[in-house]
Amino acid sequence: MSATASHRRLLAGLTALVALLFVASLLTGPAHVGAVDSLAALFRGQDDMLALVMREIRLPRAILGLLVGAALGMTGAVLQGFLRNPLADPGLIGTSASAGLGAVLAIHTGLASAFALGLPLAALAGAAASVALVLLLAGPRGDALALILAGVAISALAGALTSLVLNLSPNPFAANEIVFWMMGSLADRSMLHVWIAAPIMAAGFLLLWPTRRALDALTLGEDTAASSGIALKGLRLRLVGGVAALVGAATAVAGAVGFVGLVVPHLLRPAVGASPSRLVPASALGGAAVVMAADIAVRLLAPGRDLKLGVLTALVGTPFFLHLILRTRRQTL
Amino acid sequence: MSGLTLQGLGLTRNGRAVLSGVDLRIAPGEFVGLLGPNGAGKTTLLRAALGLLPADGRSSLADLPEAARARVAAFVAQGRHIAWPMPVDSLVALGRIAHPGAARAADRAAIDRAIVALGLQGLRHRQATELSGGEQARVLIARALAQDTPILFADEPIAGLDPAAQIEVMRLFRDLAGQGRTVLASLHDLGLAARFCSRLVLLHEGRLVADGCPSEVLTPANIAQVFGITAHLSQGPDGLVYQALDLIARPRPSRG
Repeated sequence: MSATASHRRLLAGLTALVALLFVASLLTGPAHVGAVDSLAALFRGQDDMLALVMREIRLPRAILGLLVGAALGMTGAVLQGFLRNPLADPGLIGTSASAGLGAVLAIHTGLASAFALGLPLAALAGAAASVALVLLLAGPRGDALALILAGVAISALAGALTSLVLNLSPNPFAANEIVFWMMGSLADRSMLHVWIAAPIMAAGFLLLWPTRRALDALTLGEDTAASSGIALKGLRLRLVGGVAALVGAATAVAGAVGFVGLVVPHLLRPAVGASPSRLVPASALGGAAVVMAADIAVRLLAPGRDLKLGVLTALVGTPFFLHLILRTRRQTL
Repeated sequence: MSGLTLQGLGLTRNGRAVLSGVDLRIAPGEFVGLLGPNGAGKTTLLRAALGLLPADGRSSLADLPEAARARVAAFVAQGRHIAWPMPVDSLVALGRIAHPGAARAADRAAIDRAIVALGLQGLRHRQATELSGGEQARVLIARALAQDTPILFADEPIAGLDPAAQIEVMRLFRDLAGQGRTVLASLHDLGLAARFCSRLVLLHEGRLVADGCPSEVLTPANIAQVFGITAHLSQGPDGLVYQALDLIARPRPSRG
């Protein structure tokens, strides 16, 4: 089974890369301290300044980079497999736009400044509302197209309402805060953010992980998948719930981080022999690596300027995506 | 227990009966050709019988839970879109999704048998999306074969194949029936259907209008009524010989 062996090697390589970037992320920051001292401070019992920096600032940031990236990479791979479309991205079913609207409302109403978890909880509420709405719109037997259309409609509505909130914002500072939040970032997050995102993401992961067989079966269309014993109705519920949990939690703690869920599955597809099931773990690891690398880059490129993570992923992601399009075009000619 | 029983199978779409009152019993060992013009309801009949479409009446397959049904009946769908550039043997292996508990050796054996049966040995490591349409069709039939079920449904399996490949597939289906399986395939090539099927059923505007051995079903009257054409029919040394001749000079029967 050489395909299985090469898949194991790929996953091992990606895991090593993620581990390396995780440590690099822990060691990146304005406080110049030696690597050994920094890492030792993580495990020391004392509450000195360095231990505080490591535990309360850098560790949550590294963990969130890992979680958010894995969530985006995994949902991208699952959605592309489910919809049999390489252009599907995690935002497709309307969750990110709705979570964004929830967060923006929290900033606008002052909920976000009233207590620390106001913003992420409001974003999660937005994500949950989008799930209910997408299932309502797509109907119980709706196919992939109905799901896409429902997602597009919800994204458009959430986007319009977000603009409305910005438009009516009486306070330029709040508007400014909203705009910056929407750019996506992992700066100044605490372990509280980890504790709120991690359980929801774990639930999303557990919902999506068993769908891999079904994603393989869907390669040849819904009829063939159903006749191979896949219960499509249950699959759809599981998928919408899992994607919303992962993307909703990622958006709640990091804002909008674009292009990762679209580009990473694309990039790794040839490495897994285009198998939709094998793409899921590979893409989760790949997404984690890309987000952590980007989050290290924003700290190194413009220290002190607070370059936003979402801005960087979009800047790097877009030309990369264009390159993929050109390559695909050459292949089909 | 294998074999297929349909009782009063019917389906109404937008107030129009696409399928009505279809009663059909197919025993193991039969290779049944499902004939009828475009829009007669052949695909609907296959999908409803499999339980892929909610329908009135009874189907012995639609009664089963999904996972159990997948071990009884495999389906070669009409659509041949392959979403990802996967190698041929990985696509054929998708048939084994119906057997999650099977031993690896059993999976391998079923996949190898299916690849050999469709003559795909030389293509097994090629990317399926780079193959010709006819080769892709054979890959999809091999996938259904790897599912290793007592019943096989195929929706226009030989459309777009070259003459030799068409005959290979028809012979394969006849051999599968010879091994005691049940095969139901919708076909447009009445000549090959007459030669290779043990039984034909004729569908017209959603109803079964003829059912029996090829010479009983392919009569000039049935062909004229259902297809609106004339044909030459004769008993050759190897059974019924069919050749389409011309349109009957009347408006094409309205879509049923």
